[in-house]
Amino acid sequence: MSDTLKKPLQLTVNAAPVAAFVEPRTHLADFLRETQMLTGTNIGCEQGVCGACTVMVDGAPARSCITPAIACAGAQVRTIEGFDDDALMNELRTAFSAEHALQCGYCTPGMLVTARDIVMRLPDADDARVRVELSGNLCRCTGYVGIVRAIRRVLDARRAAAAQPRTVASAAAAA
Amino acid sequence: MKAAVFDYEKPQHSEDAVRLVAASGGIGKYVAGSQSLGPMMNLRFAQPELLVDVRGIAALRECHDEGTHGVLGAGITHAQIEDRVVDDYTQGLMAYVARGIAYRAVRNRGTLGGSLAHADPAADWINVMSGLDAEFLMAGPQGARTVKSADWMIGAFTTALEPEDMLTGVRIRKLSASARWSYYKFNRKPGEFAEAIALVIDDAAAGVCRALIGALDGAPHLIADARALVADASAAALEPHLLDAGLEAGSYEYQVHRVALERAIAALRTHGRNPQ
Repeated sequence: MSDTLKKPLQLTVNAAPVAAFVEPRTHLADFLRETQMLTGTNIGCEQGVCGACTVMVDGAPARSCITPAIACAGAQVRTIEGFDDDALMNELRTAFSAEHALQCGYCTPGMLVTARDIVMRLPDADDARVRVELSGNLCRCTGYVGIVRAIRRVLDARRAAAAQPRTVASAAAAA
Repeated sequence: MKAAVFDYEKPQHSEDAVRLVAASGGIGKYVAGSQSLGPMMNLRFAQPELLVDVRGIAALRECHDEGTHGVLGAGITHAQIEDRVVDDYTQGLMAYVARGIAYRAVRNRGTLGGSLAHADPAADWINVMSGLDAEFLMAGPQGARTVKSADWMIGAFTTALEPEDMLTGVRIRKLSASARWSYYKFNRKPGEFAEAIALVIDDAAAGVCRALIGALDGAPHLIADARALVADASAAALEPHLLDAGLEAGSYEYQVHRVALERAIAALRTHGRNPQ
């Protein structure tokens, strides 16, 4: 590979600065898996259809298999590993377990990234909307019922929490 | 499933982008979100040897309100249109359409201009811009030029763009506040490319009533005066238009396009605009 073209790339991955040399043809998913050892991002179809490789780029979900790594120069990339301490992602993980929303787990990192975006962006989503928003992430084993229920569980819990009158203690903590 | 070797540049100005592609001797290609070109390159249907990434060009992400018209930059993403963070010149039509394009992860990166330059007949914007009679704004080695909507799409994946030309934006005549519009897309699974598209725009204040049959083999079929069709959308009234669009009577394609147009007209008559 010594004769192939490599270019410098600087970006942020899971809040840490990364500097590397990459071939422009290397897509973001391969860059994360092969050079950063972040193998939580799974590669499915490699043509932007299945959603398994979905990661956050600058705060928005993106397909890492059809995004060249070099096109992410200067970007903030967040993979499933970057959500270990994220409260909402932990709510979703618990809900996915409770609702049997995964079996083999291959689609799960992409599902979770998409699910988190749905909860953040569409707090009022009904089941039909959740299904439409999930349509870019394919699951080939458990099916979608459990996944929709898991997202529903988190949406409902957050709605219920928002409807609770705030106690003096929580108001003080918020302040 | 890996793209062939290519070089990559990300200029900050349109002039530099055009210069890079013009100097590449036909091997260079503009790219923005890479949501269509990326899959094609991974599948090796496309093997450009140079990608010129235009996402660094701020001017391509701007909107310009010109009074009666509005210009949308080619680099605006589908998600920005969906979220209404850019000017709305179409009384909500484009925001409605944007929400149905592929999936959110694709909409976050894919751009208006990229989709129009790619010119997949089954994509949304290529059909909507035809229905809106948009003008296409381009930059090339000889400077800027403009192409009318009717002259944009020559065939499937083929546009008026010369290899070194870059689409910089579209100019749209604003729809009136009283305009009615309806868009119907038939696909087997949400987010897939369409099997049939129908669009009706009834802007009486501007003297415009157009319908469009889209997701054909090539450019969409525009019905420039659709007033009679909006009044009577019976199978007999639809038939000459479907045949004009090149659809074969009795075929599956004819049926799905007929139903799409029927439903678009029915929604226009019932709701005025598609319920959001």
